[in-house]
Amino acid sequence: MANLKPPVNEHDHYTGNTNASITLVEYGDYECSHCAHAHPLLKQLLEEKGDDFEFVFRNFPLNEVHPLAMLSALAAEAAGKQHKFWEMHDMIYENQAQLNRDSFVDFAEALSLNLEKFAADLQSEATTSKVENDFESGIRSGVNGTPSFFINGRKLNSYDGTYESLKNALTQQE
Amino acid sequence: MLLEKGTAAPDFELNATPDQKLKLSELKGKRVVLVFYPADWSPVCGDQIALYNEMLKFFQKYNAQIIGISVDSKWCHMAFADNRNIHFPLLADFEPKGEVSKLYGAYNEENGNSRRALFVIDEAGIIRWSYLSPDGINPGADGILEALEELENNKDKK
Repeated sequence: MANLKPPVNEHDHYTGNTNASITLVEYGDYECSHCAHAHPLLKQLLEEKGDDFEFVFRNFPLNEVHPLAMLSALAAEAAGKQHKFWEMHDMIYENQAQLNRDSFVDFAEALSLNLEKFAADLQSEATTSKVENDFESGIRSGVNGTPSFFINGRKLNSYDGTYESLKNALTQQE
Repeated sequence: MLLEKGTAAPDFELNATPDQKLKLSELKGKRVVLVFYPADWSPVCGDQIALYNEMLKFFQKYNAQIIGISVDSKWCHMAFADNRNIHFPLLADFEPKGEVSKLYGAYNEENGNSRRALFVIDEAGIIRWSYLSPDGINPGADGILEALEELENNKDKK
């Protein structure tokens, strides 16, 4: 049984209730259609059960099949430097079908980010290594595709693309 | 039965491209990650070969060459590799069908495909780790990396 390595830590992006006893981690790729499918399910879960769990997202870009996956991950991380990680995260998934290389500046503008800082962070070594470290942690944790979920550090194998399967995974922890 | 740790990896020579063959024994001095898998063209986001393709720099770090093997033909592999930007050799265990997979205990007689089997072979050609995953389950790469890491650590002790 695969376990999350390293455990959730201060480098992670989290939302929901950070004091909750349940932590749900997603490894995702911004250009993966299965991740875009899961995105509204997770939003719904956060809306309905957001008091019961903490949600963490880690990057797992498959660059060779998804040419914009890395750039998307960098854009979300760069937005995170201006405290808009989740806003950028949502925007990318919600516009996945129309993504192109110019999308990210438009998104940054829409989020009223400091564009100069955004562009610098997008290209910085620190941002790249954050994404690469996420990817490596995924491999070591047994991520075999996206999205992969971990609940309280254990790989979740029961997610089948439905909202219920995610919700059941949470309630089973309670 | 799947060949196990401590066994000498049987040598083979198979087509890597329509006009190029690859012989396992030519890779002596390097570690080899041998990946038997059922078929090209599984869905992208959960695909084992696509995953390993993103990890080449990790394998390089451990002086390891990764090789995929299935019963698909060299032409099928070529189209698949081209479509998915695969940057490591995919060998065609095509004629006689499944011969190499059988040698490693990694052939499914019922459906005529290779099984999902992983082998980590050391510089001297000895199998140091092997793992059989159910056909429907992509085993990921954590086991491979742990095996490579163990080889690296043991090397330092010598």
